[in-house]
Amino acid sequence: MAKSKKTSVNRRNFLKSATVGAAALAATPVAAATAVPTPQPSRARNAAAPLPPISRRVEAEAAAAAANPDPNIEPITVDHPGSDFMVDAFKAVGFEYLCSNPGNSFRSLHESFINYGANKNPEFITCCHEESAVGMAHGYFKIEGKPLLVCVHGTVGVQHASMAIYDAFCDRVPLVVVLGNFGDAQTRASFVNWTHSAQDPAELIRDFVKWDDQPATLQDFAESVMRAYRVAMTPPYMPVALVCNTDLQEFPIPDDPALRVPALTLDKPPQGDSSSVQETAKWLVAAENPVIVADRAARTPAGLALMIELAETLQAAVIDRNGRMNFPTRHPLNQTERGSSVIGDADVILGLELTDFYGIVNAYYGDVYPRTRSVTKPGVKLISINSNDLYLKSNYQDFQRYQAEDLAIAADAEATLPSLIEAVKKLLTDDRKRMYQDRGAKLAAAHQRTLAENRSLAANGWDANPISTARLSAELWNQIRAEDWSFVSNCQFVSRWPLRLWDFKKYHHYIGGEGGYGVGYGAPASVGAALANRKHGRLTVSIQNDGDLMFGPGVLWTAAHHRIPLLIVMHNNRAYHQEVMEVQRMADVHERGVTRAGIGTTLVNPPIDYGKLAQSMGMHGSAPIADPNDLAPALREAIAIVKSGEPALVNVVTQPR
Amino acid sequence: MSKPADTQSLGSLERPSPEDAFHAEVLVLAAILAIGVVILGALALLIFVRPSAAAQSAANASKSESADAASVARGKKLFVSYGCYECHGRAAQGGVGPRLGPDPLPLSFIEKYVRHPSGSMPPYTEKTASDQDLTDIYAFLKSLPEPPKEKDVPLLNE
Ligand code: HEC
Repeated sequence: MAKSKKTSVNRRNFLKSATVGAAALAATPVAAATAVPTPQPSRARNAAAPLPPISRRVEAEAAAAAANPDPNIEPITVDHPGSDFMVDAFKAVGFEYLCSNPGNSFRSLHESFINYGANKNPEFITCCHEESAVGMAHGYFKIEGKPLLVCVHGTVGVQHASMAIYDAFCDRVPLVVVLGNFGDAQTRASFVNWTHSAQDPAELIRDFVKWDDQPATLQDFAESVMRAYRVAMTPPYMPVALVCNTDLQEFPIPDDPALRVPALTLDKPPQGDSSSVQETAKWLVAAENPVIVADRAARTPAGLALMIELAETLQAAVIDRNGRMNFPTRHPLNQTERGSSVIGDADVILGLELTDFYGIVNAYYGDVYPRTRSVTKPGVKLISINSNDLYLKSNYQDFQRYQAEDLAIAADAEATLPSLIEAVKKLLTDDRKRMYQDRGAKLAAAHQRTLAENRSLAANGWDANPISTARLSAELWNQIRAEDWSFVSNCQFVSRWPLRLWDFKKYHHYIGGEGGYGVGYGAPASVGAALANRKHGRLTVSIQNDGDLMFGPGVLWTAAHHRIPLLIVMHNNRAYHQEVMEVQRMADVHERGVTRAGIGTTLVNPPIDYGKLAQSMGMHGSAPIADPNDLAPALREAIAIVKSGEPALVNVVTQPR
Repeated sequence: MSKPADTQSLGSLERPSPEDAFHAEVLVLAAILAIGVVILGALALLIFVRPSAAAQSAANASKSESADAASVARGKKLFVSYGCYECHGRAAQGGVGPRLGPDPLPLSFIEKYVRHPSGSMPPYTEKTASDQDLTDIYAFLKSLPEPPKEKDVPLLNE
């Protein structure tokens, strides 16, 4: 084996560098835009002799070192691997956590995070599946407003992660996914390395990330980290991916004084142009029955406050599509639960960050031959403010059916609201204000009637066994409403009862759903949201679908291991219930076997004991509860555990929806 | 696995309005009929009651009660096995579809709607659910206990 004169990383230096490494643990990592300390003479990447694959090299080196303690022999240690520099770049951006299932295509980066980076900012969160890792980052963002870092193993890890990345994409949630890869074939030390390598690892997820890159040098890498974060955090928010090759991670940082981590600059979110904002204000002020429909409008708590200000200024009806916490559920102008009737009366509809404007103004009906009909008055004016119009992908059809609006503003809704509110206020007259007061009073009365109706409906099946989803929601509300609570699961699967009954008013009270309706999101997203809520001392609560949990129950262990306080209330309806109904539909329509829809869709025989499942992961799990009278004490017990800083699960046997 | 939610489209969140109008009509008709039956029944009692006839009618009543009980039991089973529970809840309390009982809509309406639903409910033809089946399901719906008034449930006033 050829000896390299430049070699500095040898057995003796290893001891020295261990001390340096320990010092580095305590030291703060390099700040953005400062030159990274150059390592002591390192092996040039382009040394004349080709490098053998690492493990073989290490074996040969070990043998040689044992035979001959000459300090100039082929190296077996590396002082400053490229992955240390990568950690500097990630730290310069600032990630609180790194969610990951380990994989050897990013082993060097992993080791740099925990040793060089002292396992702090980011702290490594051990995940039992890549889908859990991405799902956790998804839920975390919707509470914290900051992306997490996710590292996934080459090829197979990316494949595991892909559904969760799609959910985040559809839900307009940014995260930075790092894909390990053995890009240089000479670095592949086994057949597994080959199997887990790809020419273009991000190809698999390119249709549902906003941007991806495969940097070839460390300088490229640092710049791409900054660009990745910036692109992800410009509305419309979306996941981004960086391929991280093993040679770049594992070989020493090259001796290049120009190597530096650039500063991070974020884009300002795009606002609607002023003439369109004026026009929107004019139409809204003049309208008799304006309706504001919001889906992912409030990106931050400030967005929620702006939504309230706009609605109150106009005394306009608001329909919350609940992609985010857009509007308080008990606000008198909230007309969500009588949505179709206010849409039917509207003369101006303002859609804010809607996924599906078509579905707001049309009703789908029919099964095998779906049809739609308009549900609006003739002459209704439609205005859209939507950042989705600024960036569209082709393959996956999450953009929904085309809707022609009267005014379409390609901009971020939250960023546009201040100028819209100002424009509306300027146009107000005393006459209009008096008229708005009447309108507001009528809407408030309708809101109150709807709440009373919902309460009366909730009383149906009150004592049913298994427990009705309304009873479950009411019992849960009773026990959390005095706390600083955060509800982090989709309400759709429990007939929206929490949204119909509870007083949601703070931004962290609700985080919306999957985005892409991909099952397996619920459990990890709620654990991720609970992780974000932990430092704020909030009581995080989820109603967990059984089918969803079974996709990746390992996330319970992650919650227990990292002591993430979360109350998980099982919605154990013992089925993939949506599919039970779908197969039932087909049996009914085909006029045969209407009693067989449970085949292939139900989770019975044997019953799954979720309490024991939780216990096996080291957390509290209750016995199955089907009698509504047993529910309150079980919730009380679990909440006490959660308030002590641990996760806890209550296994509630429930009605289907 | 992808899961389109039944209630994704706002338009399908609530029952289509033509049915609402139809319901209202049916309910008014049913109420008028019910009042008529009660009045006629009271008249019949006033005119024809005699001791032996009263005993006879009690015997008939208990016979029809047990027939009713059998019908209720059968209806309860069918409500599950035919999958009505999937969308309406095991206690018919509502879910993806509306609540169906107690105080169900008239049997004639249920028969019509189940055979020719106009919203997102799938159809059950005579081939998959007989008239007798629907009569039994109706008996089950009628037999359901009245839910508590929400005013009497503290948890529903928070
Ligand atoms: C896959 C879901 C589904 C199944 C299964 C189903 N329904 Fe329905 N049902 C609905 C929905 C949704 C509605 C509301 C109207 C609509 O959209 O068609 C409804 C409406 C009804 C209505 C009208 C009630 C009203 O107040 O308007 C009746 C009666 C009814 N269903 C009875 C039944 C019976 C009996 C069965 C079983 C034999 C059944 N349904 C099975 C979904 C379902």
